[in-house]
Amino acid sequence: MDFGLSPDQVLLKDTIRRWLEAECPTARVRAVMESESGHDPRLWEGLAELGVPGLQVPAAHGGSGLELLDAALVAEELGWGCTPGPFLACALATAALNASGHAEAAARWLPAIARGRAIVTLALGEEGGEWDAARVATRAHGGALGGRKPLVPYAAVADAILVAAHDDDGPGLWLVERGARGLAVTPLDGTDMTRRVAAVELDGAPATKIAAGRAAIDRARDAGLVLLAADAYGGARRCLDMTVKYALTREQFGQPIGAFQAVKHQLADLAADLEPALALWWYAAHAHDHVRERAERHAAIAKAHLTDLYDRTTRVTTELHGGIGFTWEYDLHLWFRRAVFDRAFLGEAAYHRQRAADLAGW
Amino acid sequence: MNLEYSAEYQEFREEVRRFLAQHWSAEDAARQPDADGMAAYAGAAGVDERATAFRLAAIARGYLYRHVPRRYGGGEQPPDPLKATIIAEEFRRARAPHEMVGQGPSMLVPTLLEHGTEAQKERFVRDTLLGKVRWCQGYSEPGAGSDLASLRTRAALEGDSWVVNGQKIWTSGARASDWMFALVRTELDRPKHDGISYLLIDMKTPGIEVRPLRQMTGDADFNEVFFDNARVPAENIVGKRGQGWVVSRSTLKHERALIGGSHLTRRTFDGLVMLAKALQAHGRPAIEDPVVRGRLVELEARLLANEYQGHRLLTMSARGEEPGLAGMVMKLASTSLGYDIAKLAMDVVGDRALLAPGEAEAPAMGMFGTAYMWSLGVLIAGGAANIQRNIIAERGLGLPRDARK
Repeated sequence: MDFGLSPDQVLLKDTIRRWLEAECPTARVRAVMESESGHDPRLWEGLAELGVPGLQVPAAHGGSGLELLDAALVAEELGWGCTPGPFLACALATAALNASGHAEAAARWLPAIARGRAIVTLALGEEGGEWDAARVATRAHGGALGGRKPLVPYAAVADAILVAAHDDDGPGLWLVERGARGLAVTPLDGTDMTRRVAAVELDGAPATKIAAGRAAIDRARDAGLVLLAADAYGGARRCLDMTVKYALTREQFGQPIGAFQAVKHQLADLAADLEPALALWWYAAHAHDHVRERAERHAAIAKAHLTDLYDRTTRVTTELHGGIGFTWEYDLHLWFRRAVFDRAFLGEAAYHRQRAADLAGW
Repeated sequence: MNLEYSAEYQEFREEVRRFLAQHWSAEDAARQPDADGMAAYAGAAGVDERATAFRLAAIARGYLYRHVPRRYGGGEQPPDPLKATIIAEEFRRARAPHEMVGQGPSMLVPTLLEHGTEAQKERFVRDTLLGKVRWCQGYSEPGAGSDLASLRTRAALEGDSWVVNGQKIWTSGARASDWMFALVRTELDRPKHDGISYLLIDMKTPGIEVRPLRQMTGDADFNEVFFDNARVPAENIVGKRGQGWVVSRSTLKHERALIGGSHLTRRTFDGLVMLAKALQAHGRPAIEDPVVRGRLVELEARLLANEYQGHRLLTMSARGEEPGLAGMVMKLASTSLGYDIAKLAMDVVGDRALLAPGEAEAPAMGMFGTAYMWSLGVLIAGGAANIQRNIIAERGLGLPRDARK
């Protein structure tokens, strides 16, 4: 019985944290987010050298074959740093490839993902806020896909896109390669400028079916929900830390604003909500690999809870900063915008709470 | 991360189960009053001989009062939070008497072990652990609530006695208690905290009057206690004169741990889910209402977070790590969750909230109405929510202390 991190996990977190502090301070975050693609290949190479894209890639394919908890601890650090790039896109694709059981696709793409040489993403959501694999409208006929995926992370720089669609046998997962005929990718302006989205149009695009049924898609979605929860926690902690520091130095009425009870109590409430929430996403990540019968429901609950908390934390901490918090120049809005992504991507909190209620059999 | 217990601990759990099977039968369990009920907080849980005999056997095996030396009636075991958790889980499952609930075992005993004289420990600890001597806490006063150190009940040393004058309030269980541990002002020339001493006062002492104080639920679990020249033997001071504040600090820490536990909240939440399934609202079971479903999951997320945080704190304690902020937030996190669960229960009860607790027509005899009121009681007791926020902000986040006089 040990509900804590191992020395290796603590080392992993520390290594990523120190690297991000040195290599990706907010000045670089801003440079990447203001670039055209929102993707800095050198930053991604650096993370690949640390093993970040290969965390969940099996050792046989050149990764470290670790568990979702390890990936989530890294997601927490990337959330803390507001680090731009295709981490989430590749993690979703890796989880889907792992769960697909398609040896050929795994052997072709996973080693390249692990080395940072290929970006692969997952196209799931559709118009109407639809994130359920059973209800997507994209169709496969005779090895070609037709449909539209309006919000696909990093599709504009992806070498391959995994597409959730239906054929006559029901839902499944298809792989489309960059440059395929009938594939059109349109980059979109995103609220969160550190995780880019694009619209993907499929008009008879040739595709390989890599999994039948919804299991691989659901498994990838659940991993994604936990990674979003971890990103949210890391970001919220950063906002809280920044605001505590600010409250200790900013003086009004002849004293640091952190001496006023109104300020102290707002910060204490955030801390009181965030501290235990850490244990919730830890458990959800642990359950993904070890308590499978609880994994799906806990992923839904953790995503809803942590991303709601993230949203509240960014709003309260911006308010506590006063005017400076509302400026472009001050960094806080980077996390504010990231919180919007974490909340909205893969479906909003209310949707996942209804799913959790259904899964409880209520 | 590994949530399985190792072979050593699984064997220990089996050992505890064998002990319980031998010493506590299903009939015993059926007779046992509910240890988690609200009355337990007020110190009203009774003690019978069967329970005492069982506790003595459990103490002899080292299952109860593990932090208390055997010479004072404890189980005396090396600290092992995992074993303590297994014991608590198994005893709860078997509905067997665990350590006595109340302010004597949870607050006074640790204080005496840390600061008491040999004579005080020998006289009080053993009987307190078995519930033979029951205690109330004499801290709060009408003018000293959150600002406890401004208390004004005085004790003057005259010959071999402290002569006590003044008033205590919010004294839970005072009528059922044999003794009170109290903070009183003994050093009039010293500032606030430095002038306070910690006294043990026999409730039968002439000059003490207890008046029940009816709380909003309609019951009277609190009291006011008046002292009019009550004479307390000089040796009943714990620690030195003027050190009562320091002596009492360990006590409050224990009370916060007592109120912060999450298994009571789990029971209330599970009860709420059952209620929402059983009650009809607008032509369907309340639990089919999407708003109710969403709110239930929102509350369950916080409950699960607190439960897993309990695992995390347990692990930190087993590893010898300081919990820091993680421990400081638990009272606020669990009492505010209890408050919100009670609120949803009242919404689910709907128009039947018009019926009072105890009314047979009310769902579940109106227990959710009582819980709704008590959820405020525990938010205030043992350091009100805003005091918790100050502690978190000042000690946990390092923000400046409030200006205080």
